[in-house]
Amino acid sequence: MHAPAPTSAVPAVRFAGVARHFGAVRAVDGVDLSIAPGEFFAMLGPSGSGKTTCLRLIAGFEQPDAGHIEIFGETVEGLPPYRRPVNTVFQDYALFPHLSVGENVAYGLKVRGVARAEREKLAREALALVKLAGLEARRPAQLSGGQRQRVALARALVVRPKVLLLDEPLGALDLKLREEMQVELKSLQRALGLSFVFVTHDQGEALSMADRVAVFNEGRIVQVGPPETVYERPANRFVAAFVGAANVIEPDMAVALGAASGLYSLRPEKIALLAPGVPAPDGAAAIEASVVDVSYQGAVRRLAVRTTAGVALTAAVPASHRAPASGDSVRLAIPLGALMPMEAET
Amino acid sequence: MNRPSLGLKIAALGGLAFLHVPLLFILLYAFTTEEKSYAFPPPGYTLKWFGVVWGRADIWAAVGLSLKVATIATLIALVLGTLAAGALARAKFFGREPISLLFVLPIALPGIVTGIALRQAFGLMEIPFSFWTIVLGHATFCIVVVYNNAVARLRRLSPSLIEASMDLGADAFQTFRLVVLPNIGTALLAGGMLAFALSFDEVIVTTFTAGQQSTLPIWMLSELIRPRQRPVTNVVAVLVILVTFLPILAAYYLTREGGQARGAAGTGK
Repeated sequence: MHAPAPTSAVPAVRFAGVARHFGAVRAVDGVDLSIAPGEFFAMLGPSGSGKTTCLRLIAGFEQPDAGHIEIFGETVEGLPPYRRPVNTVFQDYALFPHLSVGENVAYGLKVRGVARAEREKLAREALALVKLAGLEARRPAQLSGGQRQRVALARALVVRPKVLLLDEPLGALDLKLREEMQVELKSLQRALGLSFVFVTHDQGEALSMADRVAVFNEGRIVQVGPPETVYERPANRFVAAFVGAANVIEPDMAVALGAASGLYSLRPEKIALLAPGVPAPDGAAAIEASVVDVSYQGAVRRLAVRTTAGVALTAAVPASHRAPASGDSVRLAIPLGALMPMEAET
Repeated sequence: MNRPSLGLKIAALGGLAFLHVPLLFILLYAFTTEEKSYAFPPPGYTLKWFGVVWGRADIWAAVGLSLKVATIATLIALVLGTLAAGALARAKFFGREPISLLFVLPIALPGIVTGIALRQAFGLMEIPFSFWTIVLGHATFCIVVVYNNAVARLRRLSPSLIEASMDLGADAFQTFRLVVLPNIGTALLAGGMLAFALSFDEVIVTTFTAGQQSTLPIWMLSELIRPRQRPVTNVVAVLVILVTFLPILAAYYLTREGGQARGAAGTGK
């Protein structure tokens, strides 16, 4: 129902040096970003990191204190939300309680002056798109959380935005529903060819859905890239810890392992357990450690260990292995190729 | 639950009697045949005072004036009270609490203070007492009732509803008409009815701000001094009870939180 628009090289959304301060709080502190047409873009970060403020800057609920925002090449600073070609799916869905589901979906068409018959037809189509055909006459209060979320989605899509903004849309759903919606949102986005900008604090959600992930911390983007890159090669200590809880290898330990001095990240699943007496494979360093804690997580066992040098590491080993117990001494193999260099800290 | 003790029952009945027996006497003596003094029991019963009231032009003038004053004061209060509530419900700024208090103060202030203040202000500004000075006097406390109702409802309204409306393409005026007003409508109706009822039987402020006009309560006060046709006052009082009681009852049912809405949601499941 929507014509995909990724014909030009003009970014769907572009931020240049955007800042937004609330009093002394620098909610957004110099953000540059460029979102391609048709891209599923996730803004990931802890609460208060500035990701939601960035979304509100695109929607027009906030105006930047500094910098420049463009939507498909057009400057939007000073434009109110109702003059921007973007629509939002709100965290609490924000369905109008006094209107039926059909009227909620048709609201954006009504304020644009679309005739009643036409807007009812378009609202029906939009509801069918999100698999809620036939619920037009219900009130939002009569719907489940998952249904409300779909109504919010249909209401935003029916006015044909050029960019769809989603503010933690899955946060209020239970796990099973959330996983279903992740798949559905992704396929909807592909089918519509629309840019989705998705705000979340859940790294699993961001990694599984997005084409690219921007990791936010303290009002800045600390890393942006495809999920694999952000996960496998975190740019710094914050990303390593926040996205997938990677080990951080300090320079002195790196040297001890035989790598060049520097700060590295190390995925827990890259660390292997060595059987007693077996030498470390080529290109890997063996270290002695004692097990502090073992937790079974289905496919893997997560071992919290402490090396003889006193460094805490996490290793994820296949659960089929014989499990060491807390207090056991173990030998670990760390492949040097799995050490991913991170930004030096000043 | 324990059943209330006999003593409590008697106390409750006594309280009810204290509140409502005087009203019964108003009703009773609206039908008495005695016109100069009230004796109990009344010597006889008649409907003639209703006929007398019907024929008295001064009563109808007073009723007309009171209705006009109450209507216009309520309309002013609806506009100003809603605007003030809109400004103060969500905004956060230095001095918000004192300003909210200043809005509510006129209803806590003794009417006599409001009355004197307005009388002196009108005098200083050389505004002659008229219909409009009464309306302005009444609007001071009517605004409070509307403001209080509107501000409470606006604070419960999710701010993201307004953002969602703007996001979907509605400007500020469309958002107010299509989203805000339908959600605070019953609160405004309830506030307006209370304001109307307050204005309709107001005596003190009116005494200070009226010129030659008599609103209905002022007319009743002056009628008490006359020795003749005393049941006429009772008949008018009965009518006033009806006129003010019905809107207050309606306001009570309208503001009872979401009674109908919850019922509707329940039947749909």
